[in-house]
Amino acid sequence: MNNMNVTTATLAAVDSEEEALARSRKLMSIARWTLPSLVMLFALGAWQAYVVIAQVPHYVLPSPWLIAKTVVSDWAVLWPAMLVTGRLTVLALILAVVGGVSLAVAFTQSRWIEMSLFPYAVILQVTPVVAIAPLLQIYMDSAFSAALLCAWIVAFFPILSNTTIGLKSPDHNLQDLFTIYKASGWQRLRLLSAPSALPYFLGGLKIAGGLALIGAVVAEFVIGRAGTGLGLASTLLEASYRFNFGRLYGALVLISVMGIVMFGLMSLISYLALYRWHESALK
Amino acid sequence: MSQVDKVFAGDVVALRGFDLAVDQGDFISLLGPSGCGKSTALRLIAGLIRQTSGSLHWEGGQHDGDLGIVFQEPTLMPWARVKDNVWLPLRLRGKSYRACRNEIEQALELVGLQDFKNAFPRELSGGMKMRVSIARAMVTRPRLILMDEPFAALDEITRQRMNCDLLAMRESIGCTVIFVTHSVFESVYLSDRIVVMAARPGRVIQELNVKVDGPRTAEFRTSDEFAALSRHASEALQQAMT
Repeated sequence: MNNMNVTTATLAAVDSEEEALARSRKLMSIARWTLPSLVMLFALGAWQAYVVIAQVPHYVLPSPWLIAKTVVSDWAVLWPAMLVTGRLTVLALILAVVGGVSLAVAFTQSRWIEMSLFPYAVILQVTPVVAIAPLLQIYMDSAFSAALLCAWIVAFFPILSNTTIGLKSPDHNLQDLFTIYKASGWQRLRLLSAPSALPYFLGGLKIAGGLALIGAVVAEFVIGRAGTGLGLASTLLEASYRFNFGRLYGALVLISVMGIVMFGLMSLISYLALYRWHESALK
Repeated sequence: MSQVDKVFAGDVVALRGFDLAVDQGDFISLLGPSGCGKSTALRLIAGLIRQTSGSLHWEGGQHDGDLGIVFQEPTLMPWARVKDNVWLPLRLRGKSYRACRNEIEQALELVGLQDFKNAFPRELSGGMKMRVSIARAMVTRPRLILMDEPFAALDEITRQRMNCDLLAMRESIGCTVIFVTHSVFESVYLSDRIVVMAARPGRVIQELNVKVDGPRTAEFRTSDEFAALSRHASEALQQAMT
């Protein structure tokens, strides 16, 4: 009888522990969204209060409220600029994927090609794009294609190097299996190397998405100076010349938003491609 | 099918004067300590590596990929569902899924996983993954199946069940099996013939015939006959290690 009681008591204790665990998990999932939002609200409030109380002139530091108003009032200028930067970024990323993946495939198909070309891929990567951009402007006809090339150079490398590692990483026993069943080179690439490389490629894509935007912004800074009126970054630069700090900050905010959207998009693609089978997607 | 292997491989002599004749329908175990060239022998037979000298003969010429292999790990493609993993050998021969749906389902039925054909490997237990691996090796109905310590990573209870099921599966497709193991009991339970090997250099030191009357059931595992055969094999293995 006594024994029974002990058992029930223990069971109840375990249950309350589980309950507490579940409660804290729930709390965590709410906090994950609310805490950063609160920090953001607090920071914006403090900023606004400082600007109003200390009477900071708007050409030194505009208030968040002014920035928000400018984004709305200057939408006619900012939106087309955002489209240009967006197109530049996405196009550069697509070309980086095409170029990076094809070169990675070529590398894994032939060691000679890899030996011959890999050093140049590295040189392209380590030379600061800011230093190349003015040159590109000289040799390319349109400012847009020069900027595109710039962004492409930056975004290209992580895709190339990650995909190359991925294509080389299939399980050895699986490779033997393909040998035993006399798989052709194409079958091996399509059914074994490509799926093995997918997680690596997607990791590279996540990095390249951010880098494509950075490349686009840098290119616009350097190339847009010629008065070609490119995207958000050149709008930002121009606004700074005119002491239009509301617009400058507005453009800055929109660039950040683009970066966040880009990252979110790449994470979503990665999740959709991997969640069913890859360890990284395990909850 | 009868074959004679005689092989010397590499600078390190992995196998020296290795002779093995395999008849159609045999279940042969290669038993020995690590480093005795069991796996090397298997890789040679699979055609994954070439012998330094000596020769392999196949009745009727080449084996032409008419074999299945099961590795120590399940070696499944994690991105493919169970049915697609089993489809692989036929797919590599250019067969569409529809054309060989029956073979795939039969192979899965053979290993008792017909209800899991749409699962991904990560959803399965270690034993179930190994079953998928065996189904993949059997889906082409090969004349020869090579197994490289397939159950070494499983717990003892799962392993015994797998051994028992393996005999049944083999019965139903009637293939020859060459089975690498370092477990005495496993080799005795499964094989018609045990080839005991020694290391440095890898060579055959003894061949044991395991003639058993009656079926190999759970009773066989606890019988005196099984104990005697196991003792015999253990002694041979002891000798191999000295």
